[in-house]
Amino acid sequence: MEPAERLDANHELTLHEFPYIIQWREDRCTRCGRCTAVCPVHAIEPTVFSQRVVKSEGSVPTPTTVRSIMQGVRQVTEIDRYCTGCSTCSLVCPNVAIEPEYNPRHKFLFYKNKGGVPYKRGGRRNDPTPSTVDQLKFTRISMLTDPALDAGRHEFRIRTLLGRNLPPERLPLESREGKLRVRGETGFIPPVREIFPIRIGSMSVGALSPHMWEGLAMGVAYLNEVEGLPVVMCTGEGGIPPRLLKSRFAKYMILQIASGYLGWDEIVHAIPEMTEDPAAIEIKYGQGAKPGDGGLLMAYKVLKLIAKIRGVPMYVDLASPPTHQTKYSIEEAVAKMIQSMSMAWGFRVPVYPKISGTKTAQAVLNNLARNPYAAALCIDGEDGGTGAAYNVSMDKMGHPIASNIRDCYLDLVKQGKQNELPLIAAGGIGKGGNLAANTAAMIMLGASAVDIGKYIMQAAADCLGNEYNRCNLCNTGRCPRGITTQDPRLYRRLDPDRVAERVVDVFKSADVELRKVFAPLGRSTELPIGMSDALGVANKEIADRLKISYVC
Amino acid sequence: MCRLSAVTSDQYFSPMENILALETMKEGHDGSGLGLVLKDLGGEFEHLKEYPILSGICSNKGMEALNHYMEEAGFVEKFMWEPRIREIPGSGITRRDHYFAKAYKYPPAFQDKNEEEKEQLLLETRLALRDLGEADESIFVFSFYPDVITLKSVGDPLQVGEFFGLDKDSLTAKIIFAQGRQNTNYAIYLYACHPFFIEGYCTMTNGENTAFVPIREFLTSRGFAGYRGYNSDSEVFTHILHYCHRQLKFPLPYFKDVITPLQEGEIEGRSDRDAVRLIKKSLRPLCIDGPNCIIGFTPDGTVFMTQDAKKLRPGVVGGVPGKYALMSEECGLDRAVPERDKTQDICPMKYDMVVVSPGARKVTKWNQLNV
Repeated sequence: MEPAERLDANHELTLHEFPYIIQWREDRCTRCGRCTAVCPVHAIEPTVFSQRVVKSEGSVPTPTTVRSIMQGVRQVTEIDRYCTGCSTCSLVCPNVAIEPEYNPRHKFLFYKNKGGVPYKRGGRRNDPTPSTVDQLKFTRISMLTDPALDAGRHEFRIRTLLGRNLPPERLPLESREGKLRVRGETGFIPPVREIFPIRIGSMSVGALSPHMWEGLAMGVAYLNEVEGLPVVMCTGEGGIPPRLLKSRFAKYMILQIASGYLGWDEIVHAIPEMTEDPAAIEIKYGQGAKPGDGGLLMAYKVLKLIAKIRGVPMYVDLASPPTHQTKYSIEEAVAKMIQSMSMAWGFRVPVYPKISGTKTAQAVLNNLARNPYAAALCIDGEDGGTGAAYNVSMDKMGHPIASNIRDCYLDLVKQGKQNELPLIAAGGIGKGGNLAANTAAMIMLGASAVDIGKYIMQAAADCLGNEYNRCNLCNTGRCPRGITTQDPRLYRRLDPDRVAERVVDVFKSADVELRKVFAPLGRSTELPIGMSDALGVANKEIADRLKISYVC
Repeated sequence: MCRLSAVTSDQYFSPMENILALETMKEGHDGSGLGLVLKDLGGEFEHLKEYPILSGICSNKGMEALNHYMEEAGFVEKFMWEPRIREIPGSGITRRDHYFAKAYKYPPAFQDKNEEEKEQLLLETRLALRDLGEADESIFVFSFYPDVITLKSVGDPLQVGEFFGLDKDSLTAKIIFAQGRQNTNYAIYLYACHPFFIEGYCTMTNGENTAFVPIREFLTSRGFAGYRGYNSDSEVFTHILHYCHRQLKFPLPYFKDVITPLQEGEIEGRSDRDAVRLIKKSLRPLCIDGPNCIIGFTPDGTVFMTQDAKKLRPGVVGGVPGKYALMSEECGLDRAVPERDKTQDICPMKYDMVVVSPGARKVTKWNQLNV
């Protein structure tokens, strides 16, 4: 037995406290050193072990034991160098000798606050259970009394409207000789875009690497110009590359303005040189993954390109406050901001706010319903992702998106404004990989469109994160995939053409899958927004709460 | 498939013509019911055109309550028509206590009011009577409007016609809608029987309306008291027609643009494209996906037929100047207007709306793409 001295007054953690434990196979390891070199958090290091070996030399068996020194790989037990389970070591290992294994009995959160600094990370809520949206099924199948449509043969229109629709009673129309015409004096007709109902949600140049952002933008342009799918993406806070802003591709971009107004000096000055209006302007008031938190782009991510786009010096921390400091009231200041942004593009661009999912969403909604310039409301639920936040914000703050959207939609129905103010649902869409099904379910609960973030990062760039706290290094600038880093040594791992190709794959297949959902329901021409009779769920509480059928 | 039989004529005719046309279309299982709406009435009602007519079914108790309500409201009964009921053994038709169409004088306070105010009173009265007798099924009221009668019953359409004695009655009209094979998908209920009527507008439909729930939510949120009921998913078509034509004052063909909106590329070819684009966006929730064939009339006596854009629910229109029929099947047309030139029959397709002018003078096919 080992002497006990080493344990006296010892605060060393055992490997079992850690969320991932490295499984290293001595027999397969070639000692090439690639795994220890590539580990983004230095959780493994080369080491030596003393090994007892049985040897037999000579003409007859004469086994003897000897001790020898062996080189190997050891997982460190320092809390700051915990293995995140990213598996980059497995990716580079030439001989399948190493992989991290999830440890369901870990006690990581008890220790990850060294120096009084709470655990901060990127990623998503660490809750692997299926979301409410993922439990919804489509149970109204058209059979005999009502023919289903053929997803492959019939003409389908998987499109939605981004922008405020005038109430029919206020359309500026007049009838002359049996025909309707738009009156000369129309008043304000809000701008409305016809778009694909799945959008790429807000992720900034800065949070994302240049290759990732470029790949997304190229994929979106290809979908619009070659495939005829009007997909739009949001820039996130932090501006947009100037050449893109002045190009014809700007019309596929939603420009986001948030509390730091980063990049907006550059945008505003470029407006006279823009050849196309942007798809929309999103004013971010909140984010689903970290409600009440602002944004922070670490100084080491603020390289030359980022500094230029955002209009700031290099290598300074870029903090966006938790709230817009000037927004003292929704009736006045927020309304003015919406109007100002509208005015910047001559009232030709839809302007809408994005908020965190919250019990107070209906209060915001009702104010926007009264504001004729508000083009939509985007609600980002608790399952949204982020580049950097406190773990407590991500895991414990926020509101699930399903009931938030449903309540808001039914509130609009009461007022007869369900078609006037589109609702955009974000946060956990495609969490379990079911992008089209989640989208269709949200639409039937009342959303006009959905935003995706994590889904596209996983599908298009093989993001390693999951709901078991895997990787989640987005905040450190050491993303092993090259998605959320500004380090060229890391982002060159990501081929932007490949990302663009996968973006196209994702949207084309989602388009087909949405048809495969809508066709058996018998719908094809307009999105079945609010067609809640098509939904069912095998959970009575959820059914009652969402006012849909309980099925079993 | 529900059987639809609409006839519009410049002469008065008996509803038995519609019922016999329905009979030619009978195939498969049925017996679910008959609904009739008569407009531009002849016979005993020919000289009562300015008096609103309340059509309904009551139990004895319901009739007492109804009479009391109408008296309190100031309506004075001018004339009452009751079908001469003939029991048909083995038909399964349940005889109720009272089937009636009563013409009333407006309450004195309303006699000099404008048409809109009078219509409002009639609507409110009908809804109040419905509320009075819906729970215990003692009162069913289907329409309360001048020059319009509605009759409904459960049973085989031809037998129901005979049960009501329509083959012997002098009840006639110039526009009559009849629908057979009522609501076979669910338990049969009188308020779910087509045709549906509201303030001069009437439609009947075959098929099932897939987009029913969002449409119902949109209509009920318009703040118009009459948009309620919806015991059948087809009632929304009557209300969409009423909403577009009466409330929004759109010319009739735009009803088609509302329920089956064109795609952007198709709209580009329209001379009224700017208006159509706005309509498409603002009335997006009223888009239907079928399968539906809709036959309707408007207060001026225009009768039309149109369909959803994708699914199969056939309909055919044909006739001669002075008498046109709109049927769900060709054989019904042969029965109603045998003397017509069949080569001129019109089967409306995806973009079409067939419109018969008031007085059945002429028929035109309106196409969404050629405007």
